[in-house]
Amino acid sequence: MLDKVLFYFFAGIALASAVLMVTRRNVVHSAIFLITALLATAGIFLQLRAEFLFIVQIILYVGGIMVLFVFVIMLVNLDVALQQIQFARQKWVALFVALALAGQVGLMFWTSGKMPGQGLPVLTAAAAAKLPPNSETVARSLFESYLLPFEIASVLLLVAMIGAVVMAKKRV
Amino acid sequence: MMTSILQATIEFLKAFWAPLLCGVAIVAVLPLIVGYIVLVERKLMADMQARLGPMRVGPHGLLQPIADAVKLLIKEDIIPDNADKLVFWLAPVLSVGAALLSLAGLAIGPAFQIAQDINIGILFVVGISAMGIFGIVLGGWASNSHYSLMGALRSSAQLVSYETAAGMALVSALLFTGTLNIKSIVEAQSKEGIWFVMLAPVAFFTYLVASIAETNRAPFDLPEAESELVAGYMTEFSGFRWSLYFLAEYANMIVVASVATTLFLGGWLRPFASVRWLNFLDFVPVFLIVAVGVYCVQRTPKQPTRVQQLFMLAVAGLCFVLGLVLLAPVVLPVAKPFYAGIHGGFWFVLKVSLYIYFFMWLRFTIPRYRFDQLMRLGWHFLIPLSIVNVLLVGVALIAGSYLNLHGWGLLLVTTPAAIVTLIVAFLILAMEKEPGAPQDQAATSDFYAG
Repeated sequence: MLDKVLFYFFAGIALASAVLMVTRRNVVHSAIFLITALLATAGIFLQLRAEFLFIVQIILYVGGIMVLFVFVIMLVNLDVALQQIQFARQKWVALFVALALAGQVGLMFWTSGKMPGQGLPVLTAAAAAKLPPNSETVARSLFESYLLPFEIASVLLLVAMIGAVVMAKKRV
Repeated sequence: MMTSILQATIEFLKAFWAPLLCGVAIVAVLPLIVGYIVLVERKLMADMQARLGPMRVGPHGLLQPIADAVKLLIKEDIIPDNADKLVFWLAPVLSVGAALLSLAGLAIGPAFQIAQDINIGILFVVGISAMGIFGIVLGGWASNSHYSLMGALRSSAQLVSYETAAGMALVSALLFTGTLNIKSIVEAQSKEGIWFVMLAPVAFFTYLVASIAETNRAPFDLPEAESELVAGYMTEFSGFRWSLYFLAEYANMIVVASVATTLFLGGWLRPFASVRWLNFLDFVPVFLIVAVGVYCVQRTPKQPTRVQQLFMLAVAGLCFVLGLVLLAPVVLPVAKPFYAGIHGGFWFVLKVSLYIYFFMWLRFTIPRYRFDQLMRLGWHFLIPLSIVNVLLVGVALIAGSYLNLHGWGLLLVTTPAAIVTLIVAFLILAMEKEPGAPQDQAATSDFYAG
């Protein structure tokens, strides 16, 4: 019961702030609502007992990327931004994408009804004590099953960081 | 629908009433603690400048924080005309909320932790406290003032730069534990019998510098550099909102100090906790507290008024009671089970206080950095140093596991690693000062100077 309430609470916040994020004219307000949406998503992760995903969502998206977003937004001249048209009028593309998404969701509903003996997939949560520790599980799959892709990605990120230092070091 | 929501609320309260109560207690008590930290800071500053500091309110100014709080609360609350009202209202709350929330993950003793045994422990504390930056940035933007905006921009640039170095420092300490859980980190130090500050001194140094920069403390207090930016991001804030920012800054100090204590200084462990013949160290807390009490009694006749004398005696009495509480688990076998809780709390608070004392000491000693110097220190020195350190600590650990080293024996491999890291540090510094390069070249790219 508690799980359900928490889920609808966070999901509602995420949806509402996502809508508000698109419709606000002020860019900083949009950014605040995007942060709220990301935090609510993190809350859903936590409600699903994926605490590692929860904190990674917060550290990476909220603490890292959104700080840079807000940083850049502050350098933008807001008065000019306010006078531009708010929505790019790409009706047909938007309609196509929306229909495709709706079709996908509908297909999921339809096929799940066709499966023998079940309606919509019902996921029951395991007892919290029975779940394996979250970060250990993630680490195991990263360092055992997917070692090579993981190493490639981390070398890429390290190169980016070192590159930033080198470029900052260069005396112009 | 209504009943089910009610049911869920009751279910929630039943499961979590104890942590909720603790949380309320912390939120209620923290402003008082912060007030006294500020008093200590002012007294220290006065001492280092050969003054007396606040002396008027209460004996030796002991009631000054309460007077300050009352003054702040009854001040006029000003919102600038062109400010973004909603964001202006939201920003200080965000700052203080993030700082308070991250306190929940900390363990003051083996039993004192609000969010018990969270698997992601230290990441939770670090990640949530990093969100406080939004309070600063949005507050600076919403004030609609150039000084505020400049302070906010400086702050976010500073935080993003130093978070990398701090994270790398945390990683090198976490290599020793293999877990993020705060309790297990301290237990690992107790099992090895050695604090990680000895095994990873370079990481501790990196974290120390980065944590000063992250809390916007002097010498890295550029976001509020008063000689350049009036008061930085706080310029337009007054009264209660201003005090919320203030509270957040000091709460953040407590958070970084606690993280450093947990990871590097052995958390709630007594120094040399596993050495039997040093068990007399258990009397040190008692001795310290009683000494403070005796000093208070000795100073009592010198107080000017009767009320102040009584107050001084009350403080002394409090010290003696605390001394008894600390003595009980050592002497009485009945109180033995409470040893870890009571003494753990004492050692944890002592270490955190020493860390914060170091912050203050630096503040009154070192002049403020210029912004380009700050950025250069972060990106050119600390980040390369911490990356090299992670690498070398990892190598040292692998070597240690081959040689089957434990506890103090690990020093055999980690000390050479630290020495190599130091050599690398000197190399980096030498490259910085390469001959022929004009001294002030970097100042040309100084966007944020005031």
